[in-house]
Amino acid sequence: MYRFNHKDLLGMDQLSVSDINLILDTADAFKEISTRDIKKVPTLRGKSVVNFFYEPSTRTRASFEMAAKRLSADTLSFSVSDSSMVKGETLIDTARNLQAMNPDIIVIRHPSSGAPHLLAGHVDAGVINAGDGMHEHPTQALLDLYTIRKKKGKIKGLRIVIIGDIIHSRVARSNIIGLQKMGAEVTISGPPTMIPVNAESLGVKVVLDPSKALRNKDVIMVLRIQLERQSRALFPSIREYSIFFGLNKDLLKGAKRDVIVMHPGPINRGVEIAGDVADGPFSVILDQVSNGVAIRMALLYLLIGGGKDDNLD
Amino acid sequence: MITWIKGGEVIDPRLKTKKRQDIVIRKGKVERLFNPGDFNPPRDINVKEIDAHGMIVTPGLIDMHVHFREPGEEYKETIETGSYAAAAGGFTAVACMPNTNPVNDSRSVTEFILERARKVNLIRVYPVAAISKGLRSESLTEFGDLKQAGAVAVSDDGRPVVSSQLMRRAIEYARFFKLPVISHCQDLYLSNKGVMHEGSISTKLGLHGIPAASEEIMVVREILLAKLTGCPVHIAHVSTEGSVNFIKQAKEQGIPVTAETAPHYFTLDHTALIKFDTNAKMYPPLREPRDVEAVKRGLSEGIIDVIATDHAPHSPLEKEIEFDRAAFGIIGLETALPLTLGLVREGVIDLPSAIAKLSYNPAIILSIKGGAIEEGKEADLTIIDMKKEYVVTKEDFKSKSHNSPFIGWNMKGKALLTMVGGRIVWESDELNSRS
Repeated sequence: MYRFNHKDLLGMDQLSVSDINLILDTADAFKEISTRDIKKVPTLRGKSVVNFFYEPSTRTRASFEMAAKRLSADTLSFSVSDSSMVKGETLIDTARNLQAMNPDIIVIRHPSSGAPHLLAGHVDAGVINAGDGMHEHPTQALLDLYTIRKKKGKIKGLRIVIIGDIIHSRVARSNIIGLQKMGAEVTISGPPTMIPVNAESLGVKVVLDPSKALRNKDVIMVLRIQLERQSRALFPSIREYSIFFGLNKDLLKGAKRDVIVMHPGPINRGVEIAGDVADGPFSVILDQVSNGVAIRMALLYLLIGGGKDDNLD
Repeated sequence: MITWIKGGEVIDPRLKTKKRQDIVIRKGKVERLFNPGDFNPPRDINVKEIDAHGMIVTPGLIDMHVHFREPGEEYKETIETGSYAAAAGGFTAVACMPNTNPVNDSRSVTEFILERARKVNLIRVYPVAAISKGLRSESLTEFGDLKQAGAVAVSDDGRPVVSSQLMRRAIEYARFFKLPVISHCQDLYLSNKGVMHEGSISTKLGLHGIPAASEEIMVVREILLAKLTGCPVHIAHVSTEGSVNFIKQAKEQGIPVTAETAPHYFTLDHTALIKFDTNAKMYPPLREPRDVEAVKRGLSEGIIDVIATDHAPHSPLEKEIEFDRAAFGIIGLETALPLTLGLVREGVIDLPSAIAKLSYNPAIILSIKGGAIEEGKEADLTIIDMKKEYVVTKEDFKSKSHNSPFIGWNMKGKALLTMVGGRIVWESDELNSRS
């Protein structure tokens, strides 16, 4: 049987196709647990998971907590308001202090690209990157891959368009890497100020106009627009963004009949995605959320050393 | 007492020659140069012999761009530790940039630096004063008073002079006092929150990029101001292909511009950052392979006049942290010579040209002593073993800081002896010297 040989999950970059398949398969096995009456198995009893969030997050943090609890691990969560960052402690010092408490897994979200890599170099615990700056968000990409595989039955050969602020998006970066590894073809789309000048180095196609970009695509992935970016001249107004780059019903008419629409959340209704599209028949946004718990259960299990025995109950 | 350096190949960077000569030094000055075998030491005088067979002897190296952090940030470097690092790297003189705390924008700070350097008494330390008060790009410092106090140039290094009018006034006013103006070229609005070169690696790592144009816009501005006024400008740390080309055109038109680069810009490119190594974070940032090639071409064609280190010590407090929050800059005094000699081995430049960029040219630009081993002149010189191979280690740095991307690198070529005014300020155990 294929073995998962990673201490940390820092980015999609580090995963092989076999790794990704193993994670998705393991998530499949765990997904059923969330549908039981008693949604808890003793798999990680006695293990501890620290959620260490330097940035506000509801969804991702809740998802990790839920995943850990369903596997019976003890969880502890810090967030930026009560962390030491404000007191001036360096990340390495904080890491050493956390390590002294001997956790099994540290889940970190941090506004600086590369911060999880720095942390991982200073702790024995496994580190999971829950989003670092504009770099990577691998668990989001994995849950997106899982959702696509569930809905489409495969990933290989699919055509995917990602629309929005590509340059500042860790979700886009991780998805581009993951989707390409799994054999999908990725197109990026959005205002030119939000597309890297050297997009070709990512191996993607660039079609700026979303109405053209979404033609013949199997999956449309819409990114959240950070409203504060308006002040940095990336786009002139939310109104104009929604008119030219927002995904609405009219635009969706040009897409394939069996297209699925994804969004990593939280959505800005009426900005990057119209409310009736987010709630409509093509949307799989809430599936992404429930699949997120299964994917994170799979990762906690594999990183803590599961796969060495096959006792899932 | 006299000192007799015998058997070495003496480099004259001005005449571009290399020949076997013996050097006789008395009272801190080069007394005479002899052809091999011509010198017979007098019996009645104590002679210190330095055997330089198999070595090259060059004018003392001059680094026109260092940060010694004193006053204000002595935990990173002091004039004393910086001077040791310089001497160990083969440098007999440095020009230290004014972004200390307080900023060197007044006579008192300039005098303080010179006083500290006198007490340390190792190498020659030349203060560079600020162009604008507090490096704020608002009003000029007192160039005349600073020059009289001992400043050899003015620069707002670390920050650009944002206002084009202020820069124009600075170069006009500085010429009256014969003070060179050194420009740190960066369009702050374009580089914005950038922390590394904007390119495929910044896109991959999700780090804000600094486009090459951020440097080039300012290089072009300085060239145009030099053309407008006829006053000279020196461009610090050139890192891009575009800058090299613009400076080339300017020189061809006779515009009074000179330029320097640093060893990391002809040695490393942006792929050095792929693991978020903060020791590869500097301003200007490491660029692309084509820029590295252009910088080499700039050196080989004489477009870039000077190799300077931009020695920028930082402690773990500024470097062992998240990449985007880490300070810009690396130390360079103790690795510049072997990296430059690497260019000679590669055939990019010949040895006398390399030494010229490390001694004669900066001496001319700053109008300071040195740059040549000449009879009657101060005996500032460096003895170099071109073949010495070693590995760079943290522990060997004389600098107080060790923020270097070259730790663990195999180097070839080393200063075995550094002499300032006839006095040995650095001597490696490997040199056979006896009295």
